[in-house]
Amino acid sequence: MNGLSPQVAAALMAMLQAVVILLGAVLLGAVMTVVERRLLGLWQDRHGPNRVGPFGSLQLIADMLKIVFKEDWIPPFADRTLFVLAPAIAMASLLLSFIIIPITPGWGVADFNIGLLFFLAMAGINVYAVLFGGWSSGNKYALLGAMRASAQTLSYEVFMGLSLMGVVAIAGSFNMREIVNAQQGLWFVIPQFFGFCTFLIAGIAVTHRHPFDQPEAEQELADGYHIEYSGMKFGMFFIGEYVGMVLVSVLIVTLFFGGWHGPWLPPIVWFALKTSFFLLLFVLLRAALPRPRYDRVMSFGWKVCLPLTLINLLVTGAVILVVDPL
Amino acid sequence: MSADISTTEHSAAGAIDDPVVAALKQHFGEHAIIEQATLTGLPVLWLSREVLVEALRLLRDMSEPFEMLYDLSATDERLRTHRQGLPDADFTVFYHLLSVTRNRDVLLKVALHEADLSLPSCVSLYPNANWYEREVWDMFGIGFAGHPHLSRILMPPTWQGHPLRKDHGARATEFDPYTLTVEGQEVEQHALQFKPEDWGMKRGNADTEFMFLNLGPNHPSAHGAFRLVLQLDGEEIVDCVPDIGYHHRGAEKMAERQTWHSFIPYTDRIDYTGGVMNNFPYVLAVEKLAGIEVPERVKTIRVMMAEMFRITSHLLFLGTYLQDLGAMSPVFFTFTDRQKAYEVIEAITGSRMHPAWFRIGGTAMDLPRGWETLMQGFLDWMPKRLREYERSMMENAIVRDRTRHVAAFTTREALAWGVTGPNLRATGCDFDLRKKRPYGGYEHFDFEVPLGSNGDAFDRGQLRIEEMRQSLRIIQQCVDHMPAGDYKADHPLTTPPPRERMLEHIETLITHFLQVSWGPVLKPNESLSMIEATKGINSYYLTSDGNTMSYRTRIRTPSFPHLQQIPAVMRGGFVPDLIAHLGSIDFVMADVDR
Repeated sequence: MNGLSPQVAAALMAMLQAVVILLGAVLLGAVMTVVERRLLGLWQDRHGPNRVGPFGSLQLIADMLKIVFKEDWIPPFADRTLFVLAPAIAMASLLLSFIIIPITPGWGVADFNIGLLFFLAMAGINVYAVLFGGWSSGNKYALLGAMRASAQTLSYEVFMGLSLMGVVAIAGSFNMREIVNAQQGLWFVIPQFFGFCTFLIAGIAVTHRHPFDQPEAEQELADGYHIEYSGMKFGMFFIGEYVGMVLVSVLIVTLFFGGWHGPWLPPIVWFALKTSFFLLLFVLLRAALPRPRYDRVMSFGWKVCLPLTLINLLVTGAVILVVDPL
Repeated sequence: MSADISTTEHSAAGAIDDPVVAALKQHFGEHAIIEQATLTGLPVLWLSREVLVEALRLLRDMSEPFEMLYDLSATDERLRTHRQGLPDADFTVFYHLLSVTRNRDVLLKVALHEADLSLPSCVSLYPNANWYEREVWDMFGIGFAGHPHLSRILMPPTWQGHPLRKDHGARATEFDPYTLTVEGQEVEQHALQFKPEDWGMKRGNADTEFMFLNLGPNHPSAHGAFRLVLQLDGEEIVDCVPDIGYHHRGAEKMAERQTWHSFIPYTDRIDYTGGVMNNFPYVLAVEKLAGIEVPERVKTIRVMMAEMFRITSHLLFLGTYLQDLGAMSPVFFTFTDRQKAYEVIEAITGSRMHPAWFRIGGTAMDLPRGWETLMQGFLDWMPKRLREYERSMMENAIVRDRTRHVAAFTTREALAWGVTGPNLRATGCDFDLRKKRPYGGYEHFDFEVPLGSNGDAFDRGQLRIEEMRQSLRIIQQCVDHMPAGDYKADHPLTTPPPRERMLEHIETLITHFLQVSWGPVLKPNESLSMIEATKGINSYYLTSDGNTMSYRTRIRTPSFPHLQQIPAVMRGGFVPDLIAHLGSIDFVMADVDR
């Protein structure tokens, strides 16, 4: 260590942090697949996976082994390049978004001054995963799923960005760390309640979680866009969905619930607790709600959420101008 | 054994007074109509092929009309020995018409000869004749002139022969061992490929190219091996073609080689969620043929168990219906309830889904000691659960949005398509056989018939919850007032015969032996029993030729016409609406294909 200059040490430390956060995100996504099944079991009057290891704790390993050893089949009628590319995009675009998340005052991969915009860009790229996957599969169900996914994601991304602009306006920055620091006194969920609501809805929609799982709607499209996928490629879509869920939870915590801020407990614990709460909410929504019709989801987005975000933004802007004229 | 049909004690006296028969005779002349005396309990009239369509039109358009073509099928008469007094025929096609306003039925029969197996189609009068006529063509090779699409419906398109003909093999041993080569597979698959032109469909219009989507035969919401080909414009359903037959097992053919007694377990598998409910119409029809009157205790036990299965079937319906709407949890809760019901059913019958527990002249066993406590436990458990389903799901805004005014049809349309049961009552039509034509002891029970008003997917769901409450009410009355007495009728044809009578001397032993090995021999006649089954009206129309086996068993199931109606309801709807509709019909493919 003595031979290293402070710059090199800092770079190594940053790299170490990046790797830990990357692995942590993937692992958390994977663990969530099992946690969700156990929670659903709890809420549905049944056990869930409890046979592998004590209390089913090794289920994840069993699932991983299974999925790795499954035949990785590419349908002969598929467009190979896009078919292979799609799951990679699904996983990568979501994982890259973790770059901007400040976990604790000392932990985080990068302090972009465009922070939030980077996430929105990545979410935009994520649409291609579903679109490519559905298109390249050469399957009608996959195509219908992809059509639904692109329409839904595009519609909801319109106001997802707008719903966060209130936060940006109050914090005066796109930088995530500054947004967290701006919440020391008051969490943004209070002044930006409608922003929070619409972002939560958009977040669920963009990650295609129930009840906005239109693209994969099992009862209708029999798994939709990833119907032809198997083995590790399916695994990447599958884990990708949970990574997306973790990402949205983490973003909600960072943007509206003060990130690592909280009394008594160390920042990392606060951050983890808040994130778990939203992960739980995601699972609970899935257990509790039926699925609305696809066109209702679209009209809800355009006719309710979009106007709401716009009004929210206008009011926020007006209040800022009145309270704190530049 | 020598009793001729024309000399059975049940004369056609009731039928002669029938105003419908009188009207037909007045219109066509005394000699054009031949009455057949049967044990079916309805007027059975033979008429010629030439006047058939006119007669059907007359009946459909008279005041208090016969709104529904309840059933249409045929019999191969060529091997039937006891048919004295009946018109000469190689094949008979019968039309069972039902009038809800009159609460009466009529059975029309047309004699056909092998040289000229053809009839005019009546699809233009009764739209649901479409599938029935296709089934008759498929099974008997009888053609229908003017049918829009006369093709096989239950058998594969490549099938040779017509299975319900008497000269068609019934057992696997009568055929060469089955093999499927790669080439054969190609041929079969090619035959199943959907060609829109065959159905008069366009592949596109000026603006769009339609997508033809195969929904099934393996699809999570197809509720079994059911295929529906959708013609889609985006997600809007332009038209659709249901394709059935993937679950066909030839139950009607099997009935012709099983003894009267040993066919009972096969009935369990017709509507496989209905358990003993399926035994009910069959044993009632056999008992009519045998002339058995069962003791009160048997009646009450049968009603009680049938209602138990109505509840388990409706619980399965409710769970899957909500699951089709995207709610994943309710099905686990309704399965918990079903488990509670099955614990009681298992204690009483020894089996769960397919107890095959009713017998000709009684039930397989008496109720076990302590059954009341078990049953009461279930009766106490259910009401709060039903309330919870209503509060958490039926009052949920998303469920309402998905089902209200979705796939709605009127009473008139329902009757024209042969829709019965809860799906008919959801349109507001008060027609429940348990009330209108009480059978098997239902006249003794106090219960209500829940009705819907919009005939939409929501009413069909809500109504079944209410039906479960009424079933609980009936079962409660059974528990409170179970009559004492025997669980088998004291009759020589009761099968299996009471054991106590076996060990008296050698003659009783031989009689017992024959009756158990051959089963009962029933006098030549015809009988028919309709019941309000879990999914609608289910009936068995039995023809005995004085043998140990049925000569012809016609099984009319409710799900068959319900599926036939899908395109009429779904045109212009969206794919998610179709899924909601499929969930709300409550069908199982075994009940469609038999």
